[in-house]
Amino acid sequence: MAEKISMPQLGESVTEGTITKWLVQPGDKVKKYDPLAEVMTDKVNAEVPSMFDGTIQELVAKEDETVAVGELICYIEAEGAVSEEQDTKPDAPVEAGAVAEKTTDKAAGGNRYSPVVLKLAQQYQIDLSSLQGSGRNGRVTKKDVEAAQQNPSPKTTEQKLENKEQSAPAVKAAPEKTAAGDIEIPIAGVRKAIAANMSKSKSEIPHAWTMIEVDVTNLVNYRNSMKDAFKQAEGYPITFLPFFIQAAAESLKEFPALNAYWQGDKIIQKKDINISIAAATEEALYVPVIQHADEKNIKGLAKDVASISDKVKKGTLSGEDMRGGTFTVNNTGSFGSIQSAPIINQPQVAILSVESIVKRPVVMPGDMIAIRHMVNLCLSLDHRALDGLVCGRFLQSMKNKLEQISG
Amino acid sequence: MAVMTYIQAVTKALEEEMHRDEDVFVLGEDVGARGGVFRATDGLHATFGDERVMDTPLAESAIAGVAIGAAMYGMRPVAEMQFADFIMPAFNQIVSEAAKIRYRSNNDWDCPITIRAPYGGGVHGALYHSQSIEALFSSVPGLKVVMPSTPYDVKGLLKAAIRDDDPVLFLEHKRAYRLIKGDVPDEDYTLPIGKADIKREGEDITVITYGLCVHFALQAAEKLEKEGHSAHILDLRTVYPLDQEAIIEAAKKTGKVLLITEDNKEGSIIGEVAAIIAEHCLFDLDAPIQRLAGPDVPAMPYAPPMEKYFMMNPDKVETAMRDLAEY
Repeated sequence: MAEKISMPQLGESVTEGTITKWLVQPGDKVKKYDPLAEVMTDKVNAEVPSMFDGTIQELVAKEDETVAVGELICYIEAEGAVSEEQDTKPDAPVEAGAVAEKTTDKAAGGNRYSPVVLKLAQQYQIDLSSLQGSGRNGRVTKKDVEAAQQNPSPKTTEQKLENKEQSAPAVKAAPEKTAAGDIEIPIAGVRKAIAANMSKSKSEIPHAWTMIEVDVTNLVNYRNSMKDAFKQAEGYPITFLPFFIQAAAESLKEFPALNAYWQGDKIIQKKDINISIAAATEEALYVPVIQHADEKNIKGLAKDVASISDKVKKGTLSGEDMRGGTFTVNNTGSFGSIQSAPIINQPQVAILSVESIVKRPVVMPGDMIAIRHMVNLCLSLDHRALDGLVCGRFLQSMKNKLEQISG
Repeated sequence: MAVMTYIQAVTKALEEEMHRDEDVFVLGEDVGARGGVFRATDGLHATFGDERVMDTPLAESAIAGVAIGAAMYGMRPVAEMQFADFIMPAFNQIVSEAAKIRYRSNNDWDCPITIRAPYGGGVHGALYHSQSIEALFSSVPGLKVVMPSTPYDVKGLLKAAIRDDDPVLFLEHKRAYRLIKGDVPDEDYTLPIGKADIKREGEDITVITYGLCVHFALQAAEKLEKEGHSAHILDLRTVYPLDQEAIIEAAKKTGKVLLITEDNKEGSIIGEVAAIIAEHCLFDLDAPIQRLAGPDVPAMPYAPPMEKYFMMNPDKVETAMRDLAEY
């Protein structure tokens, strides 16, 4: 029988804990009271003990994940009979609202009316007996009278009920059946977080989109001329990404409106320029952050990019590595894309995609045609916080910087 | 703007006020090097030293009495009661001295004292660490009782309490200390004592509450919104004296009012709120005024199922709100 282990209450007023280290792996045998994980809270660092003799089945909470008290952290296959003390499920709801029910049970239906209903009926000259009540036991409510006043028809309340149904949350689609050979993948962990963030961003933010093309022939030549020497001297490769990050950081300095957080009732323009980099693994997407990108040169940025991609590959990114981003650069070119409309990483207000650098015939000054290295820069912007003009100028500024790079 | 916990907002307000005004000092049990049992005064002793962050003996009457004397002499003391439950020995000092001195001396003397105390249950604190004591102090003209719900309100109201020229009892929900987080501006700001705050706009039912229950109501309101019921939520923030105007306006808005407190039902703050609504809003009411409160038993028990039965929670609030919406 698989038993749940949940985050214990580690002191008064402590409401959550961060799993700093798992001391067991799935398949490990544990004895009752053996430590399972190290946990850090605001107040104490402690170990979570096992409540059972048994075998670890699944670790649900990840290392560095912050878990609320009482939330599931792992499953244990317990040996023998179920002991009594591990019922971590919430108790059956107590008689919530019993207090409130006592009086409302006597709720007046029929032709007993509340003071406000009588007052409004007099004011609007409405015959209450002609109304169908939507309240308990058919009681005519204040809202019924107001609806009747706005929409004088005997069917008022029915319409209201229909409206109510329409405004109810979208009906969930019936689950698709799984056929033989299909693989079911539960939505959990990082995937779940990605899903929640993306849905929230895409549904809340009015995205607008713009794109500019940049001639990066000079940049390509420069980078190609130095890359071998750079790798030899520094020990890590120089890619194109640091150049784009530098151009973005410098342009953000000129257009701080894009380096901002949307906060509902206000916009906060951030002083620091911290660039989030979208970094994908086979399973998930992370957005580690290059802190103070505007204070670093190409070498420094290249070093940060290399160390970040190394951490992503090894899976050693910490929460700290992903904190504080003010603007996101998304390197979609790395997998060959030439155009994309990225979803904004909120509360940031804009996100830039750097697409593939491709060779294209381009009309040059003097109407000559030349083969040039071209790249598309795509920008999604939060139209609540930003308008097209400033974003256009921002992209133009990046374009100028990138086209003027020379060895 | 930083996201901080409720208790960090307490510390921040204390620290900023101590920097701003040399007359502000802190006293209480373990508030010094230990930083308070909840860490509300964490770091203050290191910054401001023995004379401005004073450990006291286990004698609440003396903590209040010393603070009152200092306040009458021109200082701005912030006295900490380690738990609100322990405030009873200081009751006489607070009610008969601090609250009365301005009136008694015909304005010759005043008593700008702030008394902070963590109240409330839900932390397995049992009888002596779970009580809500606001009602005991809420029929005392001359005293103000402030009970914030969010970190933003904590900072603004605690600063206002310290700067207030009369005694303020500042009650902090101990379960909110690390549970509730929110944006708190770095800059100096105060919020008016005696003003309630609309925490959510809605059309169908009005919920009036304070402290941690505000969050339970907000959570429940989100769920009910999906069922088509919209809730208007008023946070009292100051429970004595009450913001009558805001209460009347909120009650009239929907005509269906639910009042929530974690305190024992009979004789609680919300009884007074109900009376204000009954006096002023009869012809705007569409349902009986509802009260959701703790049971009238002596104290919050230690046993978890019994504590759960006593303690307010989002499920109880949601059920009561839905019940009223469907009335």
